[in-house]
Amino acid sequence: MKQTRIDRRFAELAAAKRAGLVTFTMAGDPDPETSFRILQGLPAAGADLIELGMPFTDPMADGPAIQAAGLRALDAGMTLRKTLEMVRRFRKQDDTTPLILMGYYNPVYSYGVPAFLDDAAAAGVDGLIIVDLPSEEDPELCLPAMEKNINFIRLATPTTDDARLPAVLNNASGFVYYVSFTGITGAAALDTQAVGEAVTRLKRHTQLPIAVGFGIKTPEQAAAVARHADAAVVGSALIARLADAPDRDTAISAVLDLVKALADGVRNARRDG
Amino acid sequence: MQKPNSYRSGPDDQGHFGIYGGRYVAETLMPLILELEEAYRSAKDDPAFAAEMDGFMRDFVGRPSPLYFAERMSEHFGGAQIWFKREELNHTGAHKINNCIGQILLARRMGKKRIIAETGAGQHGVATATVAARFGLPCVIYMGEVDIERQRPNVFRMKLLGAEVVAVKSGSRTLKDALNEALRDWVTNVEDTFYIIGTAAGPHPYPELVRDFQSVIGREAKAQMMQRLGRLPDTLVACIGGGSNAIGLFHPFLDDEGVELVAVEAAGRGIETGEHAASIAAGRPGVLHGNRTYLLQDDDGQIVEAHSISAGLDYPGIGPEHAWLNDIGRARYVPATDEEALEAFQLCSRLEGIIPALESCHALAEVAKMAPKLPKEHIILVNLSGRGDKDIFTVAEALGVSL
Repeated sequence: MKQTRIDRRFAELAAAKRAGLVTFTMAGDPDPETSFRILQGLPAAGADLIELGMPFTDPMADGPAIQAAGLRALDAGMTLRKTLEMVRRFRKQDDTTPLILMGYYNPVYSYGVPAFLDDAAAAGVDGLIIVDLPSEEDPELCLPAMEKNINFIRLATPTTDDARLPAVLNNASGFVYYVSFTGITGAAALDTQAVGEAVTRLKRHTQLPIAVGFGIKTPEQAAAVARHADAAVVGSALIARLADAPDRDTAISAVLDLVKALADGVRNARRDG
Repeated sequence: MQKPNSYRSGPDDQGHFGIYGGRYVAETLMPLILELEEAYRSAKDDPAFAAEMDGFMRDFVGRPSPLYFAERMSEHFGGAQIWFKREELNHTGAHKINNCIGQILLARRMGKKRIIAETGAGQHGVATATVAARFGLPCVIYMGEVDIERQRPNVFRMKLLGAEVVAVKSGSRTLKDALNEALRDWVTNVEDTFYIIGTAAGPHPYPELVRDFQSVIGREAKAQMMQRLGRLPDTLVACIGGGSNAIGLFHPFLDDEGVELVAVEAAGRGIETGEHAASIAAGRPGVLHGNRTYLLQDDDGQIVEAHSISAGLDYPGIGPEHAWLNDIGRARYVPATDEEALEAFQLCSRLEGIIPALESCHALAEVAKMAPKLPKEHIILVNLSGRGDKDIFTVAEALGVSL
């Protein structure tokens, strides 16, 4: 594969000797225009990489916050086609921030894998995280995505033991997303010591950068993770801000303010080693 | 499509039946599913496991279930002979217990300490709560809020059996959402929890192991037919939601090509209304709940809510082996509406003295269509998969009767 925006961004972060902030928001939540304005504001607020959720009716690995975000987006008429259109619009103003689409396989399968990959590549998508495609199903989307120079981001979890890791990392590229606990998004409290040990374990198996997500809600937690990992991922906490806001303008500023605070946390964290 | 040497050899090593099946789950669950597969392989080869299973099937479930000639119904339609496989006489009143016995014995073998399950009509929930009580394991049942309302007797049964019933308020608040919530529990409690899936769907190896545990239905039926009539039936009819009672009856007959297989999907208020649960008639292949299969979905690949008067069929998908049997033409998938099922419910009650589950009434509704046109020598075997006591409130309401 050729270098992607993801590879370049992690190289820049390594050169700057700091970890990155990865944000997750849902495309179309609470409506397409508001979610685009949030997306547009993320790089300036301090997001180093952007994960954009593709809404799905049955998000089996997500907690209540992200479930609700997906349903709000679908109720507002969001579709995968419109999500790709949103990425295309974003790319007109930003050609450097990596953008990763995250979601479930059925909408992609329904779109048609070859057409989806063509359209995603043309729109400026750099990576994909598909929760329900483990390495056993690599021929479905991972291998075709690599051919289009789109990173297929692997998830590793506390249940992915050393025996299984090589299989999981086999076709990994871009970075590895470490899911910090067994559970759904937005649930349990973060155990930073366990995260540190897990990152050390992963680093024995791969040269790829490690991003850690699930359970990071505050700038302090993001900073704690940033001391161990190459990036910290925050999703449910941003979505909760958006959901709690009384109106659309407040929602946008509430989300971007939290991104700024998280980015400060990550940037000021002292890296181990 | 090339005709296979045997229709009974699936799934392959990766859990595929043709293009269907597979293991579309989050990485957190993947090691658990591989562990389950290994445990199942070893149990399958262990005569002690089979002996233990047989013992519980006989003494706890009450097997074999009878084969019964529905004489008055046969006379009523004036055509084919109609026979019932009486799965409704099993302990807990449906075929669901067959699978639950198998899975809980597997759970014990694997040293699991906690049981979870999803349920629609509540039959699988009751069966799971029953085996959990019998083996002294704590049990949590996920059930959609809508289903809790229409299946109150079963909710109370589960509680009596010591299970915790969790009302699922997400999405359409029916079976598919209960399945999502059970998966969310499993992904959280990976160390000690065994997920007893109730139908022949989900990630590999569930479709295979549920089918194997339910195949006792077809094996018994085959032997009973040979003993009573000295021949195999001409047509097998079963209702289908996820498809565990249908695959359980069909599987031992798959290679008997003279035996016609008919599965009846819930057409709800009619396929044309969009309010139905007929994923083969009106769906297309997609990926949900760990497997590729026919799904009710919109143009964007979003899952569409199913509708059926019968909570047990109210699911927007179907087991992957059925999707494959449909595509290769070995089984036929036909629809029956709520109204047709209600009619069959009343007819069977009056003619045979058997109150059938609304699910099974879909199979009887198809029998009502085919039997009159067939000769007396033609033998139809219907899987009477469950009893209808749980449905009396729903039926009363549909008939405008206040209880």
